[in-house]
Order: sequence, then structure tokens, then C-alpha cells
Amino acid sequence: MSEPGDLVVVGAGPAGMAAAATALHGGLRVTLLDAGPEPGGQFWRRPVRAADPAARAAHPRRGRRTYRALCAALSAHRRTGRLTLLTDHHAWTATRGEDGFTVHAVDRSRAPEETDVALRAPALLVATGAYDRQLPFPGWDLPGVLTAGGLQALLKGGGVPAGARVVLGGTGPFLLPVAAALATRGAEVAAVCEASGPSAWLRRPGPLLRRPARWAEAAGYAAVLARHRVPVRTRTAITAAEGTGRVAAVRTALLDADGSPLPGSERRIAADTVGVGWGFVPQLDLLVTLGCPLADAGDGSMAAAVDGGQRTGVPGLYAAGEACGVGGAALAVGEGRLAAVSVLADLGAPGRPNPRRLAAERAAVAGHRAFARAVAGAHPVPPGWSSWLTDDTPVCRCEEVTAGAVRSVCADGSAADHRQVKQLTRAGMGWCQGRMCGPAVHGLAAPGQPYAPAERLIATPLTLGALAGPGEPPPVPS
Amino acid sequence: MTECTVDGEPLPFVPGQTLAAALVASGRIAWRTTRIGRRPRGVFCGIGVCFDCLVTVDGRSGQRACLVRARAGMTVTTGREDGDE
Repeated sequence: MSEPGDLVVVGAGPAGMAAAATALHGGLRVTLLDAGPEPGGQFWRRPVRAADPAARAAHPRRGRRTYRALCAALSAHRRTGRLTLLTDHHAWTATRGEDGFTVHAVDRSRAPEETDVALRAPALLVATGAYDRQLPFPGWDLPGVLTAGGLQALLKGGGVPAGARVVLGGTGPFLLPVAAALATRGAEVAAVCEASGPSAWLRRPGPLLRRPARWAEAAGYAAVLARHRVPVRTRTAITAAEGTGRVAAVRTALLDADGSPLPGSERRIAADTVGVGWGFVPQLDLLVTLGCPLADAGDGSMAAAVDGGQRTGVPGLYAAGEACGVGGAALAVGEGRLAAVSVLADLGAPGRPNPRRLAAERAAVAGHRAFARAVAGAHPVPPGWSSWLTDDTPVCRCEEVTAGAVRSVCADGSAADHRQVKQLTRAGMGWCQGRMCGPAVHGLAAPGQPYAPAERLIATPLTLGALAGPGEPPPVPS
Repeated sequence: MTECTVDGEPLPFVPGQTLAAALVASGRIAWRTTRIGRRPRGVFCGIGVCFDCLVTVDGRSGQRACLVRARAGMTVTTGREDGDE
């Protein structure tokens, strides 16, 4: 049990780093923990030391100055002893008591060894980010089919392109940097299949036009893709993957306005690797466990409901970054700072930014959020996505539950949401606890409704040995 | 270049690489079969969420290869169903 600080921050991505730096600057003692080997999160993931220059090229330029400044601030505060930085620490649950919060984590810095750690503070900020939203399709469980984020993680963190000839599919601006990074690294990107149409951006042009930096960034990726002759096919989806033992080809189709494949538009593209992502799903495990109210994020998912200062509905509990709605690194940094300012105010700490600076930060966050909403509006999950499922397509990868099994319990009225589907079919009951199949099962059971994850009392699997370790006895899930 | 052992064979890795990255770099894309359909599985999400890439590390099953960083002398076995105990 470590000495109690003022604030525990779970997640050291852009939001958590910014929040910790602002809280430390204001005089608080902060514990910042992350599952990764160093701060940065998925966005600012550092390439391995000996990785080749191309892997470094996959590292985002945007926001690098902010990242360096935050690293410098955190290093300085580690030296003063007010920041405890715990990397390779996986938070698995949190509880709230009279004097604040206790976060239970396992230290996996010597994995597979595990040690349980309990961290206490009156204030808790959850900045646990998001992961790729997946929609199943026939063949999506073939080796060589990865999430777009998985391809990027292998490339950025491991310096490894997963294959030689890649097709990317799904929707959202994230597909472009992944394609650009793979092409730069020497992989042949045979196609980028974007389900939305190019005119989707014209429906709400205001917030998009007000962010010229994001246009420049998109233009930069477009230039890389043009240089490597990567075809970007809009209104197109990967509807199947084929192969034995490893993916050998994908089938793609043009989509109608509803998102259903247009008859006769099918193509077959040879590929040994496929990357798919349909936007992102917020990682809400700790927040849901603590009873944090959720709100419709407007992109098909529920996210933490927060006020203008990133306070959740639970006193002392704050959320920032993708956990309160997916919006990218710049928004996450702004939200992290605003959350820390609220913590400083709520704990009565003296150091707070001047009102003019705070107003500017709030305005910047509002702008980034409007942009994120516009992006989400331009890249929806197409309502007709389920039309490309066959009855034998696995939906739950862990328990190998098929689309046919899920459909039958929905069709006969015995299941109306993903929790009931889980009880009846075991979809979502395996190792990943529905993190992969949850949004899709929900989309089959309750189409058009935003997805809220089921409560998971344990956010990461643990050994009994870790539970019996020297840390404080963990709470017994009731 | 440093090495660990996977299924009795040496696997080279770059310091800092995860087991999944080292396996993919060596050309292995799948290293487990599913319990029911006996389907091959390897790395899918790459960030510790999906549990497709489970391996046994130094005798401990159920380890996510995409999260565990390779270390010299580490002994990894693959192919066990879902990494069950």
C-alpha cells in the first residue's frame, strides 16, 4: 500500500499525462498509472529502441511538441517526489469509500510475475482511452485479419508490418494514418475501403472548416497514399475474407445509402493481411464499476457523462479523453487539463490557472469536440452492416457464437439487448468479456441504440497469487 | 539481437518488442487453436483487449503475447487451447 496522494490518474495517454501535469503544477501529489511500458498511450506509443527509421515515421508528428513538454513536466515532478509514475500497471477495479477511492492494480513489469498494488486518493481521474470498434464479417477470424489499431500497434510499438499486401477497411479518419504508415514501411496497401461517401463531410462542414490543421494533416496522409499509389475506395466495405490458415483475399462491395452491398459491385482483392476498424469504443470498465452515469456520445456508443469541468456524476470521480467520447489526442489533452483544474478547485488547492487561460482552454475543447461530433457524423456505422453476415459467421470470437445463434434469440423475442443475448448464447462470456463482440451483438439485438458495455467487476484477468499478494486485501465482488 | 525460446526454438527479438511483434516478425501469424471450432488464432487487436494471442510464458498460461515484452531466456509455449489452466 503506497502513501495516499491527492489524485490517482488511470491511463497515461494524452488525457492522463495532461491531467497529471496540470494537477502537479497546481501543487497536488499525483499517482499516474498505465498498462504500457511508458507514458504516451496508444497515440504517443514510442517505437522500440532499435526499430528502423520507418517505424519512427509512423510516430505521429502532430502534437509531438505537446508530448515532449508533458514528458519533461512529468520527469521534473518525479524528481520532486510528488509524482509516482507506475508503468506496466494494469488497473483491474476501483472502489469508493468515505475518504475517497482505492484503485487496485497488478504490477506486470516482470510478466508473467504479477504483484497486486492498492492506490488511494480522495480524487480519481479515469483516462483509459478506447479501442477499435469491430463489426464481424465472414472470415474475420482468419489469421492475418487484424484490427486497424492492432496493425498500427505492431508497426509503431514493434517496428513490424504484419504482412506484405494489406487491405484496410471500415470507416473513419484513423484508416488513413495506418495506411500511410504501412505504405511508408514498404507494405503494399492494395486498397483502403471507406464505408462513408466523400459527400458525408459536406453535411456538417462548419466544424470541419474551422480546423485547418486537421485538413493539413489529412492532406499529408493523402499525399503519402498518392505517392505509393494506394487506392482509397469510398462507399465500399470489406464484406468477406477468404483463405485457409491465413487470409488470402477479401471481397469488397459498394454500399447503398443504407450500407447494404450493391448487387454486382463485388470485387475480389488478393491480400495476406487485413486491417479493420469502425471507429472506437470507449474503455469504461472502471467508470461503470464505480456507478458513473453514461450519456450517448453520438457515435453509436455510450460514454462517461461529464460536466464542463470533466466531473462525472460520482463525487470525486473525473473522466477525460476517449472515455467521455472519442475525439482524438488534442481533445483528450484539453479535457485532461480541464479535469485537473476541477480537481484543484474541488480539493481547495491554491494553484489554478488564470481565468483567461482557462476560458481559452474551454473554448479549444469545445472546438475539438464539435470537430469530433462532425467526424462521427460523417463516419457512422452503416445500418445495413449486418446484411453481409452469414449464419455461420462467428460474432463472439472467444466462445465461437455465430451470427445465426445471436439472430435466432433476437428473432424469437427472447433477447432484446446484448446482456440477454450473452445469457442465452454465451456471446460475450469468454476471455475478452464482450469487448470485441459487444458492439456488434448490441447492433444485432437493438439496432440504432447506443452501446453501453456490461459491468465487468474485474477489468483485467488476474492470478489468485496476485490477489493474495502483499497489497491490501482486494474487495470481494458482490 | 537477443533471443527467447518459443516451442523449443530460438526466437530473436529487438529489446522492447512484445512477444506478438517478435512472433509476427518471424513470420508466425497464428499460434493457438480455438476450443470449439479448432480455428487458428494469433494477434488480432494488438493492444491487450481481445485475448486471441494467448501463450504460456515460463509455465504461466493465459498470457497475452501482445502485452508481454520478450526477455532473453524467456520460455514460451504456444498452441494450448485458450491458455486454459
